This record gives sequence, C-alpha cells and structure tokens, in this order.
Amino acid sequence: MDRELKRGSTELLILSLIEYRARHGYEISKLIEDRSEGVLTFNVASFYPLLYRLEQRGLIAGRWVEKAGQRRRRYYRLTAPGKKVLKAQRSTWRDFVDAIQRITEAERA
Amino acid sequence: MLDWRNEIRSAIAVLKLQATREAEVVEELNQHLQDRREAMLASNLTARQVDEALMQELHDPALIAGLRATVRSEPPSQPAGHDSGEQLLGRIWMDLRYAVRVSILNPGFALVVILSLALGIGANTAIFQLLNAVRLRVLPVPKPEQLAAVRIVDSPHCCTGDFYSNHPDLTTDIWNQVRQQQQGFSKIAAWYPTRLNAGHGIESRPVSTLMVSGDFFDVLSVQPSLGRMISPSDDYRGCGAQGAVVSSGFWRREFGGDPEILERKITLDGHPFQIMGVTPPNFSGIEVGRTFDVAIPLCAEATISTKGPSRDPVAWWITAIGRLKPDWTVERASAQLTAISSGIFAATVPPQFDGPARKDYLSFRLGAVRVANGFSTLRSNYQEPLWLLLCLSGLVLLIACANLANLMLARASAREREMAVRLTLGASRPRLIRQLLTESLLLALLGAAAGVGIANILSRLLITYLSTQQDQVFLELTPDWRIVCFVTGLAVLATVLFGLAPAIRASQVEPGATLKATGRGFSASGESVLLRRVLAVSQVALSMVLLVSALLFVRTFQNLILVDAGFQQGQILIANFDYSPLKLPEASQMAFKRELLTRIQALPGVAAAAETLYPPLSQAGWDGNVDIPDGPQRQDVRLSRVSPGYFETMKMGLVSGRDFNYTDTPAPLRKAVVSRAFVVKFFGKANPLGRMFYDSGNRDQPYQVIGVVNDTKYYSLREDPAPIVFVSFTQANGPQERSTLMIRSNESLPALISSIESTAGQMNPGMVSDFSVLKTQILDGLLRERLVATLSGFFGALATVLAMVGLYGVISYLVVKRRNEIGLRMALGAKRVDILVMILRETATLLGTGLAIGAALAFSAGKIAAAMLYGLRSRDPLTLAIAVAAMAVIALVASLAPARRAASIDPMTALREE
Repeated sequence: MDRELKRGSTELLILSLIEYRARHGYEISKLIEDRSEGVLTFNVASFYPLLYRLEQRGLIAGRWVEKAGQRRRRYYRLTAPGKKVLKAQRSTWRDFVDAIQRITEAERA
Repeated sequence: MLDWRNEIRSAIAVLKLQATREAEVVEELNQHLQDRREAMLASNLTARQVDEALMQELHDPALIAGLRATVRSEPPSQPAGHDSGEQLLGRIWMDLRYAVRVSILNPGFALVVILSLALGIGANTAIFQLLNAVRLRVLPVPKPEQLAAVRIVDSPHCCTGDFYSNHPDLTTDIWNQVRQQQQGFSKIAAWYPTRLNAGHGIESRPVSTLMVSGDFFDVLSVQPSLGRMISPSDDYRGCGAQGAVVSSGFWRREFGGDPEILERKITLDGHPFQIMGVTPPNFSGIEVGRTFDVAIPLCAEATISTKGPSRDPVAWWITAIGRLKPDWTVERASAQLTAISSGIFAATVPPQFDGPARKDYLSFRLGAVRVANGFSTLRSNYQEPLWLLLCLSGLVLLIACANLANLMLARASAREREMAVRLTLGASRPRLIRQLLTESLLLALLGAAAGVGIANILSRLLITYLSTQQDQVFLELTPDWRIVCFVTGLAVLATVLFGLAPAIRASQVEPGATLKATGRGFSASGESVLLRRVLAVSQVALSMVLLVSALLFVRTFQNLILVDAGFQQGQILIANFDYSPLKLPEASQMAFKRELLTRIQALPGVAAAAETLYPPLSQAGWDGNVDIPDGPQRQDVRLSRVSPGYFETMKMGLVSGRDFNYTDTPAPLRKAVVSRAFVVKFFGKANPLGRMFYDSGNRDQPYQVIGVVNDTKYYSLREDPAPIVFVSFTQANGPQERSTLMIRSNESLPALISSIESTAGQMNPGMVSDFSVLKTQILDGLLRERLVATLSGFFGALATVLAMVGLYGVISYLVVKRRNEIGLRMALGAKRVDILVMILRETATLLGTGLAIGAALAFSAGKIAAAMLYGLRSRDPLTLAIAVAAMAVIALVASLAPARRAASIDPMTALREE
C-alpha cells in the first residue's frame, strides 16, 4: 500500500484499537495486519516511531505491566486528549471516505 | 528464544538515549521482534529467511530517523556526584525529607534520641540563660556602653565606716566633690537602693525603693511612659517629701494600671509622696537580679530618716553612674578622676578619723568602671558556680551523646544493607555520610527545640530557688541572640558528637560482602567494637568526674549545715521593729524598747528573748579596731551590741565572768563580753576578766572585760573563729528607732508571730514589724552551696544512670557478637561460671580504664572547685572511694544481665547459627 496514505491513516488505526482496552505494541501491529487481511503491514522501523510520537503528544500512555507467568510488557491506553483526537479524526475520515465514495459510485451509476 | 537485545542496542546507539529510556526501548523492540519471528516461522519461512528479514527491518534508516524525532528530546542527564550551588540546596532538601521519613518509620528510636537531647540541651540552656542574665546581658537603655560607675579603685585599705546597700561606693561629701570636679561625663547621677514601708502601721509592706539624684533618668536616657521622671529641679537640699516615680510593674501590680495614677499619692515610711510619673515597661532598674517599685529624689533621704547616711561623713551609701562625653573613653575619664582624687579626699576627711585612718583615707584613688551590664551582687555570688554548673551539665550532655552514638552505631549495623544498596546504585561515600548526618541533625534540632522548652521551665524554677524572703530575684530571661547561638551550637555539636562516627562507619560498608551476607546485618568488624569500647570508657570516666564533684559539693553543704556555729540555730524567731513612725521623744525610746522586750518575754510560749544589733550570720555586721595596752595595736575585731539575756537566749555558753545586766548604765567605761578567740589572741593564758582595751587611737574610750563566751560564727559558717566584742544596749550612747529581737521558743514559731504582733500593737499600733526564722535565714545564706550541691547531685545521678545504660548496651552487644565463640568454648568444656567471669572481666577492664582516667580528670577539675569546698579537700580519699564503689556497683548491675544471658547460651544452637 502506498506509504503516504498509510502514514496518514495509521494514527487513526492505532487510536481506535486501544479505544476500549490497553494493548501492547506487537498486539496492535498484529491486529492491524490481521484485520486488514495483510493489506496493511508494519515493520519495527515504521511502527514504533509512530507509537512513541503519539505517546509524546500525550494522546496515548504506555505503562509496563507484569502478569503472572509472562514477561512484562508495555501496554498503551488512550488518554483523554487522545479520545478527542480520535473522535475528530474518525469523523474527518468518514467524511473523506463518503466524499470519495459519492464521486466514484456516481460515475458508475 | 532468540535474543535481539544486543542487536537493537547497537542499532540505536547513535541516538545516545538516557540509560533508562534506552533500556525500555530495547526491551520493547526485542519482545516485538521475538513475537514476529515466531509468527513468521509458523508461516513456513525458514529461520534464516526470517532472521534476514527482521535484521533488515531493524537496520532500516527510518527507525533511527523516526526515533530521533520522538525520544531524543529527553533532558541531558546529570552525572552523579557533581553539585552546583542550586542543586546542593535541592539535595539537602531531599536529604531532609528522607530523614523525616526515616524518623517517622522508627518513631521509638527518634523519640529516645530527641528526649535524651532535650534533657541534655535543656539543662545546659537553663544554666546558660541564668549566666546570660547575670553576666552577659546589657542594661535595657540606649547606648549602655557609654555608662560607667565612679568608685574607689586600687585602694587596698578602702574603707572604714558604715556601709549601706549592696554597692556602697561613695559618701555624701565625696559624691558632691565628684559631681563638681569630674570632666569625663556629660551627666552623672547618684543612686541608693533601699527598702521603705509603704502604707501605715500593720498594713504597711516593704517596697523596693531607689533614691536617685536629679540627673539619674537623664543619664540612663529613660523616658516616662506616663507623666514625667525625676529631674534636677526635684532634687535640692531640704526638698522634703515631694514627688515619686513608680515602675511600670508596680503601677500595674499595686494600682491595677490606673490611668489616673498621677492624681494619687504613696506613703513611704509615713511620708506622703505625690506620684508624678511611670517608667517604661522595659526598664526594670539598673541592678541585675533586682527590680524596683518606687524612685524618689535622693534629697528625701534626710527627711525619711533623721539619722540616715546623708549627714554622716563615714556613711558609704551612694553609687554613682555617669554617661561619658562623646569623645571620652572610660580610661580617659578614669585618669581624670584619679588626677582629682587627692584634692577630693583631702577636702572630705571625716573629722573623727585618727592619724592612721586619715593616712589610709588620703591614699584612696577614684576611677571609672564600665557598667554596661548593670550592677549586681548576684553576678559576683553566682557567676563562678554557674560556670561550674555549666561545665557539669556539659559533661552530662557529652555522656548522653556517647549513649546516642552507641545507639546510632547499632542502627547503622541494621541499615548496612540499605547503605550497601545505595553504594551499589552509585551513591558516593560522602553522599551517604551527608545523608546520615542530616538525619542526626534533624533529630538534634528537634531535641534542641524541646530542650528550649525544658530550659524555660528549669530556669524559672532556678530563679524561684534563688529567691528568698529577704531577696526576691528578678531576671530578664527572654531569649536573645546569645541563647539562640548557644542552643544552635549545642545542637550542631551534639550532631557531630553522636552522628559523625556512626555515619563514617556506616559509609564504610563493603557492598559486595554485605549484600551476599544473609545474616541479621551484624558486621563483625573489630573497628566498630573498638569504637564502642572507647565510648563506654569515656562514659565511665566522665561519670566519675561528675560523681566525684557531686559528692564533694553535697558533702560541703552537709559539713556547713552540721558545723557548730557556737549558738543554737533552731527554734529562734527574729523580730524586727521600727519605731520611727511613732516619733517618740528621744528620752523615752530606751524605756519603750525595754518595755516591749519585757512584754514579749512574758508571752506564753516564749522561752527567752533578747535584743541584738546584728543577728549572727545575717551578712550584716560591725567591724572596728582596738588597741591592747602593752600589746598589739589597731587590731581588727568584730563587734555587736546586745541586751542582757542574749547569751542565754542564743545558748552561747558563758565560759567565765558574767552577763550584762540592767545595772550596767551609760558610762565612759564600757563593759565588754569577749569571745574565746579574742582572749587567746590578745591575752594568751592570762585571766582576761577585768582587763582593759581601747578604741584604736582613743585612750579615752576604754572597754573592760566582764565575761568570756564561746566562739561563734559571725558573718559566715565558713569562717574561722574571729575575735568578737559584745557591748551592752544598756550602755548605748544614744537611742535607736529600730530594734531586732531574738526570740527562743519551743513551740511553733509562725504561731508565735500573731501574739507578738498583738502585744506590739497594744503598746502602739503605729509600729512596723517583720519576722523571719533564724534557721531559714542561715539556710538562705547557704543558697549558693545548696544550689551547687543540688544541681551537681542531680547531674551526677543522671550521669551514672546514663553510664549504666551505656555499659549495658556495650556489654550486650559484645555478648551477641561473641555468641559463636561462647558456644564453642562451652562445647569444648567451659562451665557457665567461666563464661560469666569472662564477661564480667570484660566489664572490669572497661570500668578500670574509665575510672583511672576519670579519677585523673576529677583531680585536675577538683583544683578549680577547691575554693567552693568546706571541711574537705578536693582530693578527699573518702569521696573518691565512695565514687569508685558506686561506679563499680553500677557497672556490675549493668553487666550482670548480659553476662547471665551469655552464660545461658545453648552451645548447640549457637554453633548451628554459624
């Protein structure tokens, strides 16, 4: 998939995935890959800088969590400012997709 | 599972992240790569393909670029151990917060430390407060350094005559000359403190009065808070009873702070004075330890007493104080006074002086003396004992610090792991010492704060202790900068004493060894044991010093109480009567006195009564010079005038001859009863009865010995028997308006007072009387000795208790440390008794060393105190023996419990613990 398009949308993807529960980095990237059925994939070099940037901007917060019998992992959850940004991005994205759809579907009809 | 951490670390090394951040990033990426690898392997890729792919991902330049934009903005890290000024403050604050947390975690420990220090610092501060008040404080007036007193200096033969007040520096004639001729003072004033009776008859009560010359308040720059002060226009010859100024305290106490006070009058010794002003609240007079109630002009003295000192050329009663001119020093003023001295004394020789007395008088020299600290008899009486007590209380604080140091050492052992961990994590040793000292300082400061509270209570108790019926002590105790410095100094000193050694010890832990050790944290270093032994030995030594001094002073006091004064001390009431308000004609005064005495003798409960001019040991007296025919000339003797029956009343024991009787009437030849010491000194073994002697230089004033009495103490219990001459009131040259009766009774003395008062009231209700008990007065005279004995006794007891606790701690520690050794010895056949002896021997070594050092210290310290002892020497062997025995008992008690614990160790258990 095109690199620019991917970067623009990834923020929204990450924020949505942790909207209701905290997840660790690998889990997030795996979910994106699985749910997009392999269309969207990330490698370490592209994914973590993004994650850290979100954390730095205060939209998500990472915390080391140790569970019995497991290695400790860094879990990310959505912060209050993150929720606002997610809401805004979601509606922008929906408007954009609707607009694209209206244009492309209209030609065909 | 493949570990990517080294790969990741080298890939992101160029970012130079903060160590903690880097560790987090490495861990997170490593987990991610491991999870990815597993997932990829599961999708039929070979391990080699997977690893190559992941390695490529890791070294993608996008990673570094991306991370640099995010995680790089961390602040630069601070290298450990480098402080800039600002950070130092911050770190001290951090240390302090940590110290507070540590103290809260161990409240018991903190409480013990704070309480010990509060007691030690409190005792020291209380004594320092008194010392400060009597010695160091300056007068509460503007520029006190400009004030100086004028008095006779460097004149060994000074002075003969009658002495009034506590500071009898000048006579009326000398004062008048000084006032006219001095040049060094811009203003100079005279004052005379006395007690006058305010009110009428039985209702009257003594008030402390200052008679002052017109410039007195000007010299001191004291401004009135109400009305006006006494001015030169109030002080003129023949002024009579005019105006009076009252002190702020008296105004509040006696007049309830009445704003209309200036309308009122106060009656002093029967003379009404118009109140014309009130002094400001901060001015309590210029005598340290005394306050005043009323001030009246000096000229009123002539009106108040018809035979007072103002008209007597040999009455020393005036104290002079002046304010130096701006460009004059005390030395220059003193030199000017010396220069005019010979003229002044030549012009004022009292007419009654004979040749030698005249010669002495003309040799006197005047000088100026600094009085910024005020005038004080308290100072001369108590300065030395207070310094000594401060030293003793200082020793107590040292012993307490030694105990605390021991406690801190034990705690340092318990905290060895904490110290080891902090060292491992990169703390420097100085940093640890600083932390531990901060903890000690915090405790010391809290202790000091509590100590100040204790000191305030203690010093007030001490002042109450020093006040007697005759002499109320008033001292200004509000803290000043000296007290603050003293207390802070003590706290810091204590911190260093009890905190430094343990802090250094604790910082010397070997982190590796300590962390590996699984024991309870007892490190078995020989150095720490040595330190504890040194502490124990010094405690024993210092306690020994305190115990010896306590015993010396207590025994001195005891000796003084038990010494035979030569007369009966108990069951004697002293009654003072003042007839002056009655205005009796001179001719009837003697008859009136005799009538009063006869009526009192007849009262039920009175065993005997007689009159005397000066009760013994009352600090007042009459000295004179006599010539012995064909014997020594100008001999100092002590005199007293008594009524018939005095020796019997006082049970003084007539050795030979007879007592006075009422047939001894006024005549040129005066009958005298002399003391044994008088006979031994002047007549040797010859029969003294009928022998004559004379007032020095006056062959026409003879005495004839009619009796001899046993030696008695005259001024003080410490003195050796002195020659005393008693003469009779029946032969007195002139009448007197006061009399002092000694009344012996076998019944309760206070109960007797009312019947005496009513008898006196029946004779004339205008008489003024006051009463005291002879024994109480004598004990009051021993106040200094009692104070030193009580306090040093208290400090001695405290020190021994502290030393006992200290010894107990050290021996217990040694027992715990030698547990394995003791177990081994017992396993090899040592009996329990052997172990007991071994531990007690340990104690004996500590005790012996401590006692030897302590005895040496006590000997050298004893020399300083020698002047304050009575009836024993500073190297008194009995005292030393008692002290050694007491310390031995205490050491035995302290070590018995740990020794028995050692002897009951089960060898098997002890060895298994190894």
